[in-house]
Amino acid sequence: MYRYDEFDASFVTQRTEQFKDQVRRRLAGELSEDEFKPLRLMNGLYLQLHAYMLRVAIPYGTLNGRQMRKLAHIARTYDKGYGHFTTRQNIQFNWPKLEDTPKILEELAEVEMHAIQTSGNCIRNVTADHFAGAAADEVADPRPYAEILRQWSSLHPEFSFLPRKFKIAITGAPNDRAAVQVHDIGLQLTRNDDGEIGFVVYVGGGLGRTPMIGRKVRDFLPEEDLLAYSEAILRVYNRYGRRDNKYKARIKILVHETGLEELKADIEAEFEKIRYGVLRLPDEEVRRIEAYFAPPPLEVGPVTSEAVEARREKDAAFAQFLAHNLNPHRVPGYTSVTLSMKPIGGIPGDASDAQMDVIADLAEQFGHDELRISHEQNVILPHVKLEDLPALFGKLVAAEIAEGNAGLITDIIACPGMDYCALATARSIPVAQRISERFGTAGRQAEIGELKIKISGCINACGHHHVGHIGILGLEKKGEEFYQVTLGGSANENASIGEIVGRGFSSEEVVDAIETLVDTYLGLRSGNEETFLEAYRRVGEAPFKEALYGAA
Amino acid sequence: MKVITANRLLNGDVVWLGENAAWVERVTLAKVFDGKDDVDSGLAIGQQAEKNQEVVGVYEMDVTLEEGVIVPVRLRERIRAAGPTTHPQFGKQARAVSA
Repeated sequence: MYRYDEFDASFVTQRTEQFKDQVRRRLAGELSEDEFKPLRLMNGLYLQLHAYMLRVAIPYGTLNGRQMRKLAHIARTYDKGYGHFTTRQNIQFNWPKLEDTPKILEELAEVEMHAIQTSGNCIRNVTADHFAGAAADEVADPRPYAEILRQWSSLHPEFSFLPRKFKIAITGAPNDRAAVQVHDIGLQLTRNDDGEIGFVVYVGGGLGRTPMIGRKVRDFLPEEDLLAYSEAILRVYNRYGRRDNKYKARIKILVHETGLEELKADIEAEFEKIRYGVLRLPDEEVRRIEAYFAPPPLEVGPVTSEAVEARREKDAAFAQFLAHNLNPHRVPGYTSVTLSMKPIGGIPGDASDAQMDVIADLAEQFGHDELRISHEQNVILPHVKLEDLPALFGKLVAAEIAEGNAGLITDIIACPGMDYCALATARSIPVAQRISERFGTAGRQAEIGELKIKISGCINACGHHHVGHIGILGLEKKGEEFYQVTLGGSANENASIGEIVGRGFSSEEVVDAIETLVDTYLGLRSGNEETFLEAYRRVGEAPFKEALYGAA
Repeated sequence: MKVITANRLLNGDVVWLGENAAWVERVTLAKVFDGKDDVDSGLAIGQQAEKNQEVVGVYEMDVTLEEGVIVPVRLRERIRAAGPTTHPQFGKQARAVSA
């Protein structure tokens, strides 16, 4: 994986020193809160309901055992023994003290990590497919490009005061697992007829209070133009994006209000001015960065393992795990394993310090020291030998991260909601926990099959509810929590925004409503193979609406 | 009926304004303010405390009395006064059990 060069190391160290001094000046009364707040936010430090919250960047969701062990250490030493993996492949600590944060940032810098650009109106952590570099369906590993974008966007002086935050996602596979069409810029690696690498480019996707699917602006952007074209998009956005109203300040609104063709012309015009300048990517530089992401040496092995088959026969939990938590690897004899951070009835995305330590050990022991965090709030071991699965599974069971539910109804995305977040209008986590308990038996989950439930505790949509097959949005109505349900959303290559099915539900009613929807689906699907989303797209909302509210 | 709340600057702890311009750790110990002038006087004390680097984010919130005990009106403030409902071992509720 990528290792800091001298430039990276020096800017992270400088930034840590700067923040240390800013905290000192704040505590000495030399900076007011109004002056300090933008500075702390630039370093990922929020103030939430109960305490400060520190969001640490995990670039494109990739980290190693040593880094994970450091996160465990921070959770144990400076927090309350746990961290929370987010929907942008980052980790949040919920209880740090202001006075400790300079020390925490120093500790992070020791393992080449930081919290820069995890907040504020700048280019945020670039996210990528969590199976990057391993997936069988991959055109190319997206992470070298994500790293190039990271270097370009880190402390970019022109883009440090954008109209609003800016999120970029990249996938290397035709099956989009990085939700690129709901990002400000979405990139999909592809090859042209001559076999050259390039990108399909989407602009103006996003969730929040005005959900929109990104619009395609390029069918094929050559590799060498990645930075110049990205810079052109950012320049057009920085110049024309609205600054009068923060709720209309994202690039999706600009795309919507300007019109795609006019905006595309603006981008292309800007691009023409700079395409042959310093941002043109030299081939040798791309190959140099690519070398950092060279796959570990993996020997081709048999595609079945006797040990695995023997255990599958006699261990139902293991069989369930194999059925759902493995992703096909490009090297025969290997697989990518999802470690579920969604125990039945548990808190989606939370990991204890002890679990993080175990995960670090397992990465070193079974996974060539590579880890990924998925935007679905799980942890991935991308390169595991098939025959190691029984031994690995035993350790996962002991650490309580062995649930075989990846992609199933209990693999719920949930934002922190009103249990932590100052913006939330309702709780998310307890709803996720109750749904998980309701559907949590192995047989029932497997029978229902792939079903993505996503829950947000306010219209800012951190829980991605708009793109949930079933989306749940928590609101406040007359002082009570109140949940609106959407159906038919999806964040993959066939992205769609879910439709509100009807009037919302109280906290007491909402889990029953979800069960009604699930039962309705089971009753009308054409066969076990037809997923909830496929069935919904075939029959529309009418049967679901009728089941919830009765005949119109 | 209102109380004044904020977070401590140093550690982020939730606090409420009590008697004698002191910041207390329990909403039940907060000083109650009634009427606009009264609330404004409380907010003024809060703003001074912000200037002194004691607290951040001062605002007033609605409370009611249940059997003589101060209780926040909004769920958000009840959660803030207790801790995450998903983690009964963390936040002020943890101390409440042992008290």
